[in-house]
Amino acid sequence: MKLTVEETEQVYEEPITTQAPMQLNGADVFIETLKKHQVEVIFGYPGGAVLPIYDALYKNPIKHILARHEQGAIHAAEGYARVSGKVGVVIATSGPGATNLVTGIADAMMDSIPLVVFTGQVATTVIGTDAFQEADIIGITQPITKHNYQVKDVADFPRIINEAFHIASTGRPGPVVVDIPKNMATGLFVTPSEDEQEVNLPGYQPTTTPNFLQIQKAAQAISNAKQPLILAGAGVLFARASDELATFAEKYQIPITNTLLGLGGIEGNHPLFLGMAGMHGTYTANMAIQTCDLLINVGARFDDRLTGNLNLFAPNAKVVHIDIDPAEIGKNVPTEIPIVADAKEALEALIALDTPNGNTAAWLESLNISMEQYPFHYQASVERGLLPQQVLELVHQYTNGDAVVTTDVGQHQMWTAQYYKFNHPHNWVTSGGLGTMGFGFPAAIGAQLAKPNAKVVAIVGDAGFQMTLQELSLLQELRIPVKVIILNNQALGMVRQWQETFHGERFSQSLIPVQPDFVKLAEAYDIKGYKIETFEDAKVQLKEALESDEPVLIDCRVVQKESVYPMVVPGTGLHEMIGVKPE
Amino acid sequence: MKRIITVTVINQSGVLNRVTGLLMKRQFNIESITVGHTENPQISKMTFVVNVEDERKLEQLLKQLQKQIDVLKVNDITEKQIVVRELALVKVVSPPAVRSEINSIIEPFRASIIDTGKNVVTFQVTGSPEKIDAFIDLIKPYGIKELTRTGVTAFVRETQKVNTPQLSILK
Ligand SMILES: Cc1ncc(C[n+]2csc(CCOP(=O)(O)OP(=O)(O)O)c2C)c(N)n1
Ligand SMILES: [Mg+2]
Repeated sequence: MKLTVEETEQVYEEPITTQAPMQLNGADVFIETLKKHQVEVIFGYPGGAVLPIYDALYKNPIKHILARHEQGAIHAAEGYARVSGKVGVVIATSGPGATNLVTGIADAMMDSIPLVVFTGQVATTVIGTDAFQEADIIGITQPITKHNYQVKDVADFPRIINEAFHIASTGRPGPVVVDIPKNMATGLFVTPSEDEQEVNLPGYQPTTTPNFLQIQKAAQAISNAKQPLILAGAGVLFARASDELATFAEKYQIPITNTLLGLGGIEGNHPLFLGMAGMHGTYTANMAIQTCDLLINVGARFDDRLTGNLNLFAPNAKVVHIDIDPAEIGKNVPTEIPIVADAKEALEALIALDTPNGNTAAWLESLNISMEQYPFHYQASVERGLLPQQVLELVHQYTNGDAVVTTDVGQHQMWTAQYYKFNHPHNWVTSGGLGTMGFGFPAAIGAQLAKPNAKVVAIVGDAGFQMTLQELSLLQELRIPVKVIILNNQALGMVRQWQETFHGERFSQSLIPVQPDFVKLAEAYDIKGYKIETFEDAKVQLKEALESDEPVLIDCRVVQKESVYPMVVPGTGLHEMIGVKPE
Repeated sequence: MKRIITVTVINQSGVLNRVTGLLMKRQFNIESITVGHTENPQISKMTFVVNVEDERKLEQLLKQLQKQIDVLKVNDITEKQIVVRELALVKVVSPPAVRSEINSIIEPFRASIIDTGKNVVTFQVTGSPEKIDAFIDLIKPYGIKELTRTGVTAFVRETQKVNTPQLSILK
């Protein structure tokens, strides 16, 4: 039954005491439906338009993390989603609350993170009148969501929420926005039939099972290849297929490289692993792409930071591309063998075949030699001071490669990707596609909530940290034991590096000589702060800080004039990397 | 190359926005678009005329459209046997002196007069876009005061002469 606004308002003017048994409103059903989806934590921030929802939450609680900015809430939800494999849930009020989420929604869209984002909205009776705190969030988020909804009938709450969770978490995951006009939350709920509550999406049927003929073609190509290579992206992680990835690579003796977001999909020390590929990847991984005769892309999207100049990319390779999103196949790189499927199912199908291996021994041998010849390198000396790479090696050492590591965006992010070798999948949280500064710290909070017993380390830059540092309040209040490590080069380091290399050392607006005292800042939030200036100090203090069970903040004063190498200069091919060897 | 693409969608508010927004985001140029519901009022059909660079871009376009949650079916019907129709309204300067001359010109186009004023006549003409182009060309010398075209809508014919190859996504 459809309730008109007048009817619902009328009902609400009656004193509640006259109603027995108590009638549910939209907000009550909203909370109930979240509980049905086993939502264990909500990241949110209240305001006028969502007051009825927060009232329902008060009566029927779900753990709620009150971030100090909506952007903090949504990045925390992203970190939570990545580490837990569950859907991240966010609530914000209409207007400014909703628009503060936009960066996080776009970030989740680019990196395929499953989120369901609920925004308040002004009542349907005034939508379109520029009412107080009205923003057209459906219009605003249309290009940055997998799908979005506005609730227009109270009875639709269960179905819309069911569909939102279904869409966010299946196929290629992504963010779904559900906009809730205030009068829908307060409106009287009349239970619809079971049918009307169920997911009904005839236009959305993701393919998860691979086409067997395509699998056979891929297997044949593997048999024929002398120099095959696997490029594994985040699709492997979303499909929970890292075991299958290792089995597949071992069975056919194929080396593996990762995209930035795919890190952790294979153990960092696995003998077949060549390290990350792309702009700041290993020379060996990039040369492997350029010289392979078969490139098997599992769940990566051939992003430009990975491919370098597309015209020069993998010139000798036949391309197999396994992706759950058909639109990614052939988008950037012509593909001979497309396989639309869930990565796990596709890898299982490939493993199950008894196609003979190609002989890859000589190929593996040459790659091993290359790995030894071209390791990441840096030049340390007492005079130069503390180097970010040294800090990261210590972090790896003191956490044994077992930590959950999040990063912000910039040089420190690339160094972390280079130096932190993950023993396990789902411990790596970074903003890849959108490259969102301010992501790393709140994401670590979400990650810690997903894995309360894990060591969670946020590696952040001095600039990016300042974009969302208000969330220190959460560490203070909830004693969330995140270890915040600032690689403080007193600069927008990555900008500085590009200006050094491509803009004649004209450091326009990239150096920050004056900074807050980060230790005092930590203290203001009742968090222990460390300031580390030398490698010798780092060895002692980082160890102590990382061993702590409390939240800590570590301000590492690192050398400013240090650049991330090797590097694929934009416009060039992967084989043209610069800074491959020490000068 | 010019392609005619039909998109069958669930008739939800915002779906037109999503589809046109998607084309904009992916840098496709829409030449014309018509929308209306089908025999089922809950399902609408859009017909686009789009200019695409090459096969690869076309395949991307079809796949991106198909990916939308409210999109049920995407078809590139350019190379099929199709019926394509467009409607145009043309207001022409037509003083009584030339009126019969104009009428004889438009006769073969089977255009109809839907409004008449002292010195102007409004014609309605339907047919393929080429026919409408030809009509406009002929009538132009008399002075067109106002012109509006609906953009094409199209159907695949019942009988297909040859089975035209389709892109992988449409199989
Ligand atoms: C929100 C946002 N604004 C601007 C940028 C462009 N940008 C990329 S890296 C970078 C510098 C980051 O500096 P910092 O956080 O100190 O990290 P560092 O590179 O020094 O390690 C900037 C400004 C961005 N990625 N995100
Ligand atoms: Mg910095």
